[in-house]
Amino acid sequence: MRVALFVTCINDALQPRTGQAVVGLLERLGVQVDFPAEQSCCGQPQFNTGYRQATEPLVRRFHRAFRDYEYVVTPSGSCAAMVRDNYPRIGAKAASEGRGRDLQQIAAAAVPKTYELTEFLVDVLKVTDVGAYYPHVVTYHPTCHGLRMLGLGDRPRRLLENVRGLELRELPGAEECCGFGGTFAVKNPAVSAAMGADKVRAVIGTGAEAVCTVDNSCLLHIGGTLARQGAPVRPVHIAEILASTEASTEGPEVPTEGPDAGTVGTEGSLR
Amino acid sequence: MSGTYLGMPAFPRAAAASTRDTRLRANLTHATHTIRDKRARAVAELDDWARLRAAGAAIKDRMLRHLDHYLERLETAVTEAGGQVHWAADADEANRIVTRLVRETGETEVVKVKSMATQEIGLNEALAEAGIRAYETDLAELIVQLGNDLPSHILVPAIHRNRSEIRAIFRREMASWGRPAPEGLSDSPAELAEAARLHLREKFLTAKVGISGANFMVADTGTLVVVESEGNGRMCLTLPETLISVVGIEKTVPTWQDLEVFLQLLPRSSTAERMNPYTSTWTGTTDGDGPQTFHLVLLDNGRTDTLADTVGRQALRCIRCSACLNVCPVYERAGGHAYGSPYPGPIGAILTPQLRGTAGKLEASLPYASSLCGACYEVCPVAIDIPEVLVHLRERVVEGGPVTRGGVRTVLKPARGHAAERAAMRAAGWAFDHPGALRAGMRLAARTRRLHPRRLPGPGRAWSDTRELPAVPAESFRDWWQRTRGEEARDEAARGEGSAK
Repeated sequence: MRVALFVTCINDALQPRTGQAVVGLLERLGVQVDFPAEQSCCGQPQFNTGYRQATEPLVRRFHRAFRDYEYVVTPSGSCAAMVRDNYPRIGAKAASEGRGRDLQQIAAAAVPKTYELTEFLVDVLKVTDVGAYYPHVVTYHPTCHGLRMLGLGDRPRRLLENVRGLELRELPGAEECCGFGGTFAVKNPAVSAAMGADKVRAVIGTGAEAVCTVDNSCLLHIGGTLARQGAPVRPVHIAEILASTEASTEGPEVPTEGPDAGTVGTEGSLR
Repeated sequence: MSGTYLGMPAFPRAAAASTRDTRLRANLTHATHTIRDKRARAVAELDDWARLRAAGAAIKDRMLRHLDHYLERLETAVTEAGGQVHWAADADEANRIVTRLVRETGETEVVKVKSMATQEIGLNEALAEAGIRAYETDLAELIVQLGNDLPSHILVPAIHRNRSEIRAIFRREMASWGRPAPEGLSDSPAELAEAARLHLREKFLTAKVGISGANFMVADTGTLVVVESEGNGRMCLTLPETLISVVGIEKTVPTWQDLEVFLQLLPRSSTAERMNPYTSTWTGTTDGDGPQTFHLVLLDNGRTDTLADTVGRQALRCIRCSACLNVCPVYERAGGHAYGSPYPGPIGAILTPQLRGTAGKLEASLPYASSLCGACYEVCPVAIDIPEVLVHLRERVVEGGPVTRGGVRTVLKPARGHAAERAAMRAAGWAFDHPGALRAGMRLAARTRRLHPRRLPGPGRAWSDTRELPAVPAESFRDWWQRTRGEEARDEAARGEGSAK
């Protein structure tokens, strides 16, 4: 099976380890992964802030990058939800404004083949045990777009429960938003920070070493808040946990440096 | 907090102040979580909830599509049953009509049933200017009125107050409005309720005019419906000689049968009850029973304009249950007053900018008062996709576009104050559509990453005041892929294999 990785702009620029983990994980499961270089941002920041028309070139770009693939897999609940929920809206609005039906057709083609990573694993590959090893105490925060727009349900949890060595701790108030919300974080900083503080308090209260989500954008906010408070909890994307094995925990595949170094690869050495 | 919403600051500023109010935060967290959990249990009892919800949305949508037809039918039915129907295009007209109707009775005091529509139009203030005193009879509305305060929740208007604050308000203010608070009043709920009961009983027994809203209006029969918990509504609807009901035109339902759906959806979503304690219905007037004069004031006040918007019109399905407030993490922390209207929380964030337009600073800020987490849509009993409407209204704010105001189709200009953001969004859009430039930018960021500040100046402080900035990695994913799996890497691997042979 051959799939295209939609890595997302945030992961491309700020969290390459997550993309590397997806590649490693899928290849280990016998999937051939391509990275169409024409891809860029899904357009969510523009769309959700009210700049719908500025999103349209990115919808077209998504189409050009992925039109030849049967499956597009992305390690982001909110970027997958952007494609699945909002591309059809963008297409319908363009059509209603008399600007043709091509965006509608593009959206109709993109929706059924775009999968968030845990959906792809559980629904398409039909695996819940990916052979991962991650000997740490982890708490899972279900991000809003994964939970409510995509309806991921217990897929991430089932995957985590099958990771050897991993102890999963319940996060109180798990379904409450962390307060990131894209541009909300800077347009309403007081409320966003208050929500983040409550989320982080709940995370720390679990006693977990790491907080895990299906979305690095939420983790920038949660992790940034944790780091500012000097809390010893690491933010980690679920792909990096699922990619970890007994072998990979011996040493990092990629040199990781800088102040936030250390998720995939270096995890094992923390023990 | 004085009794007016005029001149309220934009949401972020008001919310920044209220999030620092630890007592308010504690009151709100306790109250919203209690109702939230009870609602979830009440809804879980019904195995056909999803179908009820879909039916509620469909009935409202159908009614809205044929609103003109159902309103005329309602007018005919109410008139035939002995009522008088008045049409109010806006708040001023509605206030003028009600003031005139009260004056015609010769009375200077009225009792009120809790009503969102009369809050929306500022009826009490308009009546006060005309020398007419309106007494709120819902317990929480009474607390708000005595405290010269504003409601901060649709269902529980005094949710921001705790028991000891209520006791203080009663002791300080009741005497100037009527029967004073009993000596030695404590802050036990039973004593507070008894004090309110004694205070209000006087009003019920002397008032000649009652003013209400309505939860539903049945077009077929001209029947109005009020659902409530305290029985004060029943008193106001039956004891006075004259009853004036001010109702938003979207409260219409076609038939009695439709109430079957809504009388299940509303109590469970609102108070988390299987059925509310009091459901009053009345059809015009009845000789020798209840008010002998009945006026229905049908209120538009921006609703027809809202109906003209194909995305935004779903807000008119709202049955004012307040479930969206109780699950909203933003409401829980900002409080209801920050929304600057009687409609706080997620529904207020989409209703107020549509009813009032987006020209004002507060109204333009409301569509952004959400992290788009979607909890509101999940609990809405009539399936209003609030995040969809929020994003739709954000576009109206920053890009302008076609809109209907006062029944006239116009094209809005983009709101002021978004020029820098618009430029940044366009620049980001351009960069994302030019991967070469984007890649160069990412490489530059990677090379200079040791020089990046830990805290940002200017607008960036909104992020870095409370959160660390993410560190820029040495290599982007794109570059890693190119280096390890790109064409050059493959060629190199192929050459390696060749030389080994």
